[in-house]
Amino acid sequence: MLDTVPPVSSALDDISVSIRDLELAFGSVKVLKDLNIDIHKGEFLVLLGASGCGKSTLLNCIAGLLEPTGGQIFIEGQNVTWAEPSERGIGMVFQSYALYPQMSVKSNLSFGLKNAKLPKDQIEKRVARAAEILHLGPLLDRKPGALSGGQRQRVAIGRALVRDVDVFLFDEPLSNLDAKLRAELRVELKRLHQSLANTMIYVTHDQVEAMTLADRIAIMKGGVIQQLAAPLEIYNTPANLYVAGFIGAPPMNFIQGALRGTDFEGIINVPMQGYGFSAAPKDGAVVFGIRPEHVLVNDAAASCAVQTRVVVDVVEPMGADTLLWCTLGGDEFRIRLDGQTPIRQGDTITVGIDPARASLFDKETEIRL
Amino acid sequence: MADLSVNTPATRLLDGPSGKRKRARFTPKRIMIYGALLLVSFYYLLPLWVMVMTSLKGMPEVRMGNIFAPPVEITFEPWVKAWAQACTGLNCDGLSRGFWNSVQITVPSVVLSIIIASVNGYALVNWRFKGSEIFFTILIFGAFIPYQVMIYPIVIILRELGLMGSVWGLVMVHTIFGMPILTLLFRNYFASLPEELFKAARVDGAGFWRIFLKVLVPMSLPIFTVAVILQLTGIWNDFLFGVIYTKPATYPMTVQLNNIVNSVQGVKEYNVNMAATLLTGIVPLTVYLISGKLFVRGIASGAVKG
Amino acid sequence: MTALPDPDRGAVRAKAAPARRPSRLLHNPMSKVAAMPMIATALVIFVGCSLWTVVHSFTDSKLLPRLNFVGFEQYERLWSSSRWITSVENIAIYGVTALVLSLVLGFLFAALLDQRIRAEGIFRTIILYPYALSFIVTGLVWQWVLNPDFGIQNVVRDLGFASFSFDPLNNPDTVMIALLMAGLWQGTGLVTVIMLAGLRGVDEDIWKATRVDGIPAWKTYLFVVVPILRPVFVTATVLIATGIVKLYDLVVALTNGGPGSATQMPALYVYDAMFAKQNLAQGFAASTIMLLAVLVLLIPWSIHEFGGKKRG
Ligand SMILES: Nc1ncnc2c1ncn2[C@@H]1O[C@H](COP(=O)(O)OP(=O)(O)O)[C@@H](O)[C@H]1O
Ligand SMILES: [Mg+2]
Repeated sequence: MLDTVPPVSSALDDISVSIRDLELAFGSVKVLKDLNIDIHKGEFLVLLGASGCGKSTLLNCIAGLLEPTGGQIFIEGQNVTWAEPSERGIGMVFQSYALYPQMSVKSNLSFGLKNAKLPKDQIEKRVARAAEILHLGPLLDRKPGALSGGQRQRVAIGRALVRDVDVFLFDEPLSNLDAKLRAELRVELKRLHQSLANTMIYVTHDQVEAMTLADRIAIMKGGVIQQLAAPLEIYNTPANLYVAGFIGAPPMNFIQGALRGTDFEGIINVPMQGYGFSAAPKDGAVVFGIRPEHVLVNDAAASCAVQTRVVVDVVEPMGADTLLWCTLGGDEFRIRLDGQTPIRQGDTITVGIDPARASLFDKETEIRL
Repeated sequence: MADLSVNTPATRLLDGPSGKRKRARFTPKRIMIYGALLLVSFYYLLPLWVMVMTSLKGMPEVRMGNIFAPPVEITFEPWVKAWAQACTGLNCDGLSRGFWNSVQITVPSVVLSIIIASVNGYALVNWRFKGSEIFFTILIFGAFIPYQVMIYPIVIILRELGLMGSVWGLVMVHTIFGMPILTLLFRNYFASLPEELFKAARVDGAGFWRIFLKVLVPMSLPIFTVAVILQLTGIWNDFLFGVIYTKPATYPMTVQLNNIVNSVQGVKEYNVNMAATLLTGIVPLTVYLISGKLFVRGIASGAVKG
Repeated sequence: MTALPDPDRGAVRAKAAPARRPSRLLHNPMSKVAAMPMIATALVIFVGCSLWTVVHSFTDSKLLPRLNFVGFEQYERLWSSSRWITSVENIAIYGVTALVLSLVLGFLFAALLDQRIRAEGIFRTIILYPYALSFIVTGLVWQWVLNPDFGIQNVVRDLGFASFSFDPLNNPDTVMIALLMAGLWQGTGLVTVIMLAGLRGVDEDIWKATRVDGIPAWKTYLFVVVPILRPVFVTATVLIATGIVKLYDLVVALTNGGPGSATQMPALYVYDAMFAKQNLAQGFAASTIMLLAVLVLLIPWSIHEFGGKKRG
């Protein structure tokens, strides 16, 4: 099936996976809407979004496990929209590992290859290589039931690895593991990507995983991509109100108000000359956003042009840093400080805001100004 | 990143396949699957069809025609005859006698066995005492003992109690042999309820019966329904116990049916036989069709041990 | 679940002398009353009656049970009875065939129903409804369908195949086919439902993984799904096997052991010995053998099921 389709255009030269006008509906419910992404060769792309936003659905479309109702998918220059999963040159790792429970680790790795009638020595070589990369050597004769969660996940990755493919797909591979193991395997995955240089598409709802692993993150909501950019770009200049609220913990503080000229007017007034407007500013209702960690307090706030005073309701010392929960104009206002702060509950503090680090969104369209 | 557009309005589609793959509505594989299922269904429905058709024909037509063919002339005479006139031995008052016997056997057996087993399951989960699990294990293993091993000693017990041949003797037997599966059913169900519920009730000062009646029973309606379905069909369909522990006057419907159809005397009236067979099958069939998923749950609970 | 601390006991202890524990018998009294029927059934019926029968199988009881022990005489007579030997052979043939066929067909039907078909509920209802019927009903219907003068044979002959012959009910060589047709008709639905529940329990991702690996569906069923469903197969096997040992009603209704002794079964032998031939001890010996057969089936299973790992 693949050989009948010639490589399409040089526009796809540098692109590993190209998703074009993709649409998917379950009956009348559109789960993916007009999606477009181009993923570079060797890129680590993370699909991030709340549960139910369509991440797995998109990944399954790329894998060929779901049939899109519209649009095209290209992998390595081939139009694979109608191709079987096994013909697409992908390997996939599932959240539940999906190992074949009654087969040894070795059989798990080689089952697909045997089925594809690969020569025996080839199979041996590939299994050995995967076992070496993933440190599976001593486990090869065990059954999945006799492995720990982390080991099972490595076998699952191994099963994708032996397929010798260009694109790896991961569907929340770490979410069944405990926090410590998750952090360890995250680093291992990153190392793996660096040494293999495959294209990886990784689905998660965990923003720490997304930020640490990704070359680029695609943030999804309701089957639509909200922003597709490098992690820091998303963090610093979120494209809309949803992204701004989704990325960062605790989330960004929002203050309702209006824009007059280049000045924000609300419970506090902020002159926004230093702000990088994406277009000439227009007067109207806006939402002002500032991250908790970008709010300056007391002495540090002294140099700020914008200052106000708030009362601290709750102090949450977390060691590395401390969270302050205050109230500003009736709304909750969160501040993140260094861990060693002397501020106590009930204190009245001066907070300062640097307009250059703030975000402004149109109240109507919720898009970044 | 400027060259990588997100959600561009203009189409980016290139040549080649796009969207849903156009497939024939029915692939050969689908046709084979449905074909196989229809064939299986045919086999399964055939006896029911034949039964209904035969029971609606007159005897001459039965002798002449094809058992699969629908009746040329529909008659309900065989049904009337099967219900009110068919003979077993010297009695010629039809299956109605067996029907009412079965009702008299089934209703108390179902009620009694479920009351006993539910209280028992509750005690096993929430009021364990030393040895309770051992007795339960014996009970479960007992479910696998062939009845043939126990039937004769039970004859003696029933005789001693003066219940041999009576409806109540058979009720007792059904209650006993329904106990393993029902106790298992209720035990597993009560064990799946949050323990805090029971603890809270105890802290509130409720005792054994109060907790059972006021707390557990009201929230266990589905499992009681499953138990009723399981027992109703099981007891109605019983033959072995009926034939051993009752006498002709108290025979349940299945025993009477077998006697009517397999009697060697007289001219065989196949249409009446099939009407009688259908009459006997109607009760469990109705239960099955009405209960649907719960019936499946009932038999699955028998299958899934532990 | 851990045993609950008993508040009553605390109360009693507070009043009584501190060192004295309340009597074991007073602990959870209501619970013991509630468990009486279970205890009585377990001890009197399951243990007591079984032992009674086993013990009396070593006597020469005829019309009435009596304790005049004769050693293994009843068993010697049993195994030299050609009717018993035939019964054992028959149940072995029927049992193995019915077991294998119902497992295979049940799994096959379940796999068919698992193909995202329309009207799955209707098909399932059709396959399962015979299970709701009495074996007597099943036996009588099939007796009619297989009736040589009016049933399938006659219908096919009327279609023009005058020499067509299919009369298993009157042919000792093929009567097992009739028994199987009826038995499987009634029982396969149960296996199908159990298997279908098992199939539905298989992780969706396993199927996706095999598609990515390019494994065809039939290979996935054979090499991945069947091994996963092993416990389901074991349960179904135990269920079917213990049912087969008890096989009685169906034979009574369909063939009554005939033609000749071609469908004689141990359960019929027991019934006849006890209630028709007034030869009680023979019946006890035969039923004891049936009990042994079940134990042989059951013990390995229960060790497998409960022996290795304790389950809460
Ligand atoms: N087979 C299906 N039929 C109908 N709706 C589905 C199906 N699979 C998923 N959905 C719906 O599609 C949406 C996206 O699901 P999914 O891609 O699994 O979300 P997630 O981002 O959590 O991975 C959800 O609202 C879900 O309910
Ligand atoms: Mg998901």
